[in-house]
Amino acid sequence: MTVALNQPATVTAAKPARRRRLSLGAIAPYLQATPLALILGAFLLLPILMIAVVSFWDYDFAAMYPDFLTTNYSDVLGSWVTWKTYLNTLKYAAIVWALTLFIGFWVAYFLAFHIRTTAMQMVLFLVCTVPFLTSNIIRMISWIPVLGRNGLVNSTLVQLGLIPKPIEWLLYSEFAVVLAMVHLYTLFMVTPIFNTLMRIDRSLIEAARDAGASGWQVLWNVIIPLAKPGMAIGTIFVVTLVMADFSTVQVMSGGQSASVALMMKNQMSLLQYPAAAANAVVLLALVLLMVAGILRIVDIRKEL
Amino acid sequence: MSHEKRTLEFYVLAVFFALFVLFLYGPLSAILILSFQGENGGLTFPLNGVSLHWFANLFERQAVGDFGGSFKRSFLLGLMVMVVTVAVSLLAGLAFRQKFRGATALFYLAVASLVVPSIIISLGIGVVFQQIGFRPAWYTSAFGAHLTWTLPFGVLIMFAVFNRFSPAYEEAARDLGASSWQTFAHVVLPMIAPSLIGVGLFGFTLSYDEFARTLMTSGTFNTLPLEIYGMTTNVTTPVLYALGTVTTVFSFLVILLTLGAIVYVGRRRARA
Repeated sequence: MTVALNQPATVTAAKPARRRRLSLGAIAPYLQATPLALILGAFLLLPILMIAVVSFWDYDFAAMYPDFLTTNYSDVLGSWVTWKTYLNTLKYAAIVWALTLFIGFWVAYFLAFHIRTTAMQMVLFLVCTVPFLTSNIIRMISWIPVLGRNGLVNSTLVQLGLIPKPIEWLLYSEFAVVLAMVHLYTLFMVTPIFNTLMRIDRSLIEAARDAGASGWQVLWNVIIPLAKPGMAIGTIFVVTLVMADFSTVQVMSGGQSASVALMMKNQMSLLQYPAAAANAVVLLALVLLMVAGILRIVDIRKEL
Repeated sequence: MSHEKRTLEFYVLAVFFALFVLFLYGPLSAILILSFQGENGGLTFPLNGVSLHWFANLFERQAVGDFGGSFKRSFLLGLMVMVVTVAVSLLAGLAFRQKFRGATALFYLAVASLVVPSIIISLGIGVVFQQIGFRPAWYTSAFGAHLTWTLPFGVLIMFAVFNRFSPAYEEAARDLGASSWQTFAHVVLPMIAPSLIGVGLFGFTLSYDEFARTLMTSGTFNTLPLEIYGMTTNVTTPVLYALGTVTTVFSFLVILLTLGAIVYVGRRRARA
């Protein structure tokens, strides 16, 4: 109320002052945005442009030579092994996406709609968040004593007499890769979905109930449509993280599975930078296409 | 809604949530326990006695690479990244409150920084440094590489904070005769302080744990995550778990300290 009353006075009082400060006020946002623009320009844009350039260069075992060759690309796109690796990476992305979306939605839904006090909500949310702030590699390694040949799961199952001998595919397999990725990345789904669920106006749900909707109908026709932006943001995180992953695939598959980023890493360790760069360009185009597709569904700026 | 009886749905989801938490923490606690493995124990259960042998092993220089040095580098790098992330995100957040030319482009550049695969950034910065003739080092190239990961988080958080920030407070301060610097220092800054601490926590921990971006950019000396990553392939004793325990406990301490700081700042503001 007081603010509203004061407003006309403010405007008239501030007018002469504002005119004097116009020049500084007009360039202030540019000055404030400069550090961000410089850092991203130098360490994001420039490196990507450099990769695009280098992907056309020639190379041998020792160095790269400026050139304009398309052989790096024809090597990438013409090889059946590369295609299989890309398909394998997409397969991981699809499976991990489906699992994290399912788990993430129900965890966020439980926190948002079934926990009654805000304090408890925050505590449980923090419980979910803390592992995210610890080392990914340590969290990966921590599966070894659980899934290994003599690990917790196998020894328990053998002792219970459920299986005659340890299951071999628990660790160092595609199963282990997917499990570890779900373990590492589910939080990226929980957080944005939780955020959108918390902003749903509760009176909408009451209105749906009053109009005779059953619990499932409320969920399917009210909550899930309103949670879609959160799901979309979570999807962006999970899909880009899985598409970029090389460490989980390497450690958890024990070298038996491949991903695009792992292939790039191997090329880099052989100093085949132009080949890795061509792969980088293809991977980047693929990831950006996927993200652009998702961004058509959701306006991130509105969701923040 | 708060007076309704607990439904079956609640119990089903509560069990689901409990399993999820077990899934998150179970494996981690396994390595915490196994790091106290006896001297003759192996990488899996059962415990073959209890000892601090592997922790002692960790600090013997020969046994597992350069633990002390890599920890020091990661710690310093984390602090550098934290300071720059907080300052740059705050400035960018302030900039985005006004309209300026290129605002949308800069925003999407920040989002792009989040989605570009980290190994591409690693490769790109490595190649740029090589072509310019600079020697990559953890405090130059890896520093920049980490910022491309922490800054978008910082900027998006500040963006969200200022989206919810009512300009009425600043108008009130100005009406009372505060200069724009006073308004910022005494009104805006205290109100967003908890969020800034949160951005700092993100900056530090994301950098402290990052390794895909450090892969090609760390130069001669390894950071701690690179050291651990190297160990996964050639160390077959529980010293690996001891290292995991030490770094995880360190991360937990950082998180606890930060939460403490946020609560402290909040309380002090409530009293004032």
